[in-house]
Amino acid sequence: MDPRLDPTMDRLTANGIGAAPLRKEDWPLVRGEGTFVADFARPGMVHAFVVRSPLAHARFKRVDRRAALAAPGVVDVIIAEDLPDRGRPIPTRQFADEGSNRFLQRPLADGVVRYSGEPVAVVVADTRYRAEDAAELLDIDYERLEVVLDGEKAVAPDAPLLQPHAGTNVAGHLVVETGDVEEAFAMADLVIEEVFSIQRHAAVPLETRGLLAEYDAKTESITVWGAAKIPHVNRAILTRLLGWPDENKVRMVELHVGGGFGARGEFYPEDYLIPFAAIRTGRPVMWVEDREENLRATNHSREQSHRVGIALKSDGTFLGLRDSLINNTGAYVRTHGMTVPGLSVSMLPGPYRWPAYRGEFHSVVTNKTPGGTYRSPGRFEINFVRERLVDIAAHRLGIDPVELRRRNLIDRDDFPHEVGTSYDGHPVIYDSGDYELLLDKALAAFDYEGLKRWRHEPAGGGLRRGLGMGYFVEKAGPAEREYARVELSDTGDVMVYSGSASVGQGVETILAQVCVSHLGLPYERVTVVHGDTAAIPEGMGAFGSRAAMLGGAAVMRASEQVRKRLLDAAAEELEAAPDDLMLTPAGVSVVGAPSRAVTLSKLLRVHGGVIKEEHRFVCDLLGFPYGIHFVAVEVDPASGAVRIHRYAVAYDIGRCINPVLVKGQISGGLAQGIGGALLEEFSYDAAGQPLSASFMDYLLPTSLEVPDVEVLITEDAPSPLNPLGVKGAGEGGTAAVGAAIANAVSDALGREVTRLPLTPQRIVELASA
Amino acid sequence: MTRRIAIEINGRAVQGVVEPRLLLADFIRDNAHLTGTHLGCEHGVCGACTVQLDGEPVRSCLMFAVQAHGHRIATVEGMAPSEETLHPLQQAFHECHALQCGFCTPGILMTMEAFLRDEPDPTPERIRSVLAGNLCRCTGYQNIITAVRLAADRMQKAPDSAVDRP
Repeated sequence: MDPRLDPTMDRLTANGIGAAPLRKEDWPLVRGEGTFVADFARPGMVHAFVVRSPLAHARFKRVDRRAALAAPGVVDVIIAEDLPDRGRPIPTRQFADEGSNRFLQRPLADGVVRYSGEPVAVVVADTRYRAEDAAELLDIDYERLEVVLDGEKAVAPDAPLLQPHAGTNVAGHLVVETGDVEEAFAMADLVIEEVFSIQRHAAVPLETRGLLAEYDAKTESITVWGAAKIPHVNRAILTRLLGWPDENKVRMVELHVGGGFGARGEFYPEDYLIPFAAIRTGRPVMWVEDREENLRATNHSREQSHRVGIALKSDGTFLGLRDSLINNTGAYVRTHGMTVPGLSVSMLPGPYRWPAYRGEFHSVVTNKTPGGTYRSPGRFEINFVRERLVDIAAHRLGIDPVELRRRNLIDRDDFPHEVGTSYDGHPVIYDSGDYELLLDKALAAFDYEGLKRWRHEPAGGGLRRGLGMGYFVEKAGPAEREYARVELSDTGDVMVYSGSASVGQGVETILAQVCVSHLGLPYERVTVVHGDTAAIPEGMGAFGSRAAMLGGAAVMRASEQVRKRLLDAAAEELEAAPDDLMLTPAGVSVVGAPSRAVTLSKLLRVHGGVIKEEHRFVCDLLGFPYGIHFVAVEVDPASGAVRIHRYAVAYDIGRCINPVLVKGQISGGLAQGIGGALLEEFSYDAAGQPLSASFMDYLLPTSLEVPDVEVLITEDAPSPLNPLGVKGAGEGGTAAVGAAIANAVSDALGREVTRLPLTPQRIVELASA
Repeated sequence: MTRRIAIEINGRAVQGVVEPRLLLADFIRDNAHLTGTHLGCEHGVCGACTVQLDGEPVRSCLMFAVQAHGHRIATVEGMAPSEETLHPLQQAFHECHALQCGFCTPGILMTMEAFLRDEPDPTPERIRSVLAGNLCRCTGYQNIITAVRLAADRMQKAPDSAVDRP
């Protein structure tokens, strides 16, 4: 029924889609009553410490563990020879590539270490302190090998090989091509070729990784707490690596998760080693990564170099784009190792019409920490490359950068738009969009004309002002399917079980909002359960901005099914049409005739007091939200400081479930992007020793570096791929920060930035070049 | 070698026999079972482990438990007046969406509670400056600054205000 006809209905659904109810997650977290994995404990629990290679590349023949085993409190010391098959390789889970399987990581190094931080042994003791004491007693006869650190050097014919049997350091290679690139460049009025590079940095959630595993010998089953992001997927991987026949003998439980951003929740060596140690010792085993480990062991990301060219007509029309990129994936191909380069070539075209495009990657192994995804993976990188190139072209042609973009945006009548690339086997088809409309709205909302005036006013103090923008297309909703179950009990309480996961983003809140809108009962009565494979039969978790899109659609359908069953039953009972009925936590009544009512307990009696409905939402294609970053900066060419005067983000996400949470995603994503643009970098010495293994050297942005951000959320292009129309909003805040800031700094200095991050030293060098 | 220590934590005497190397953070978490104090870096940068020692914010990862012997410690668990109410700062964080994953939140709350005692009416710029000692990887800080300012307003109007559970 139409909620406008009944004010009660408005109240019941007041916290539904589009509203901003207070988050369901917050209460325990602000009280210090959360349960992150390190806060959890089991009786008889012991503690693991992972002994890691101190060298970037070395051979070893012997691990002498006798002294460590004899140390006080030590329960066990595990090395590669203790593992079945000396440790089975951890598989990739996206962008499968046969060649990359030669470079998979095994849980423990066996004779060769290939990066500083690679696990070599696990010490289990009664306390973490004693486990670390004993680790110092391990004697390992390392013999140094030559290292290769730079991606470009790793492909040279004389480069040291990480896996000599493979005969190469190239773990993956892909070419995608659409249109005639040679012809496009041959007929161009202007061709610009440039080399860009993006530094190695990473997700670095504030909670490090951790796991607690407990084996039950009687039932031959294991429970793993601290399973983030994709508990069901990781259950399947762990079952396979353990060689067990039945996934149901493995239970994964999420607990509170202190941020994910792509890195946490992938299957790492420790995700095998800690359960293995629990089985082997018969004791619950707790492992919590410390920060120094985290910065050497958890996935790095983003290290790429691009040789890229753009072909244009003199009126600014884009004719062609070609890129050959080297992706430095570190010492092994991890679960997401091929995802980042794959996404890079599939998303480089961005929001523009390209008659011809060629993208090629070589993903290479080096003696650095293995890589994987980090918020807006591949796109932070390629948006920097493409949007910088567009600005350089605008400067050469003497066309305003906004105008050059406008002339080449994909036309609103050209959706769905087939890009000609693919994502993990699925074609990249932009589902919906009106790119020029968003540009117009953003220019107006952020007073671009005013910013241009500001840009030309004298700054004083030797400062130079610049404006920059980045237009980007994001992607949302991978992994095709999601599960939801909605249960309404006769008390009027609703349980929503979802296969999505929490990484701190507020998934309980938004799934409850979807349920409120489509079931029609109050927000306060809805409880969302996620992240326990024993309670939820299947799920694809939370990554790639998918939870709202796929998780939300599944909850919507299951909620509708519950509502329909209930109203159909009530219609029969009350002899009224279902459309004339109103649902409240007390029961169902006829609109306008409250005395004609039936209680929930009566309606649900035949169902044992509970109605349950499941839905499995399936969607093969991705949604493509799109947005624009604008930034105005003041650069000090003497000190190299970049001060952000204003930052603004416009983002069309199809449909917004909760504007406060979306804005939170954008401002948090922006902070991470600023880290990537200005501060964060994993640097190494010539021997491959990490030089940024603490927060004193690896600089996360603080409140002094992150400006307030102005946000314009639009809903002009709902996704046709799901019934909610949502596209997912988790990554657009990060996607174009490197692009926009680099463009603004280039504008300020009158020099073309080709390299991130823009540290003070590099800015001084650039300014004085 | 061990030492016998006694520390008052949130008004409760907690005793233990500990090694001198035991971090105060680990004593709070493992001996006093107050796990709201989180360890984010263990080298004094991120501020997630911030507690108050005799009313002043300190990094519990940079102190040994034995150094706190005989002192008063306050942790996030002691902020709310009751099971059903929140401290105005906690409430403001909730209302302003000043937390996402919530891992850094206890340390920020303990820092800001002491700060507002010293400076009850800070400007947003002043809050931003003080907040720079704590890292948050989720929020971008903006909403935290708004929340602290909102709490300051409320606490000035009603110094002992607590907010009932909605």
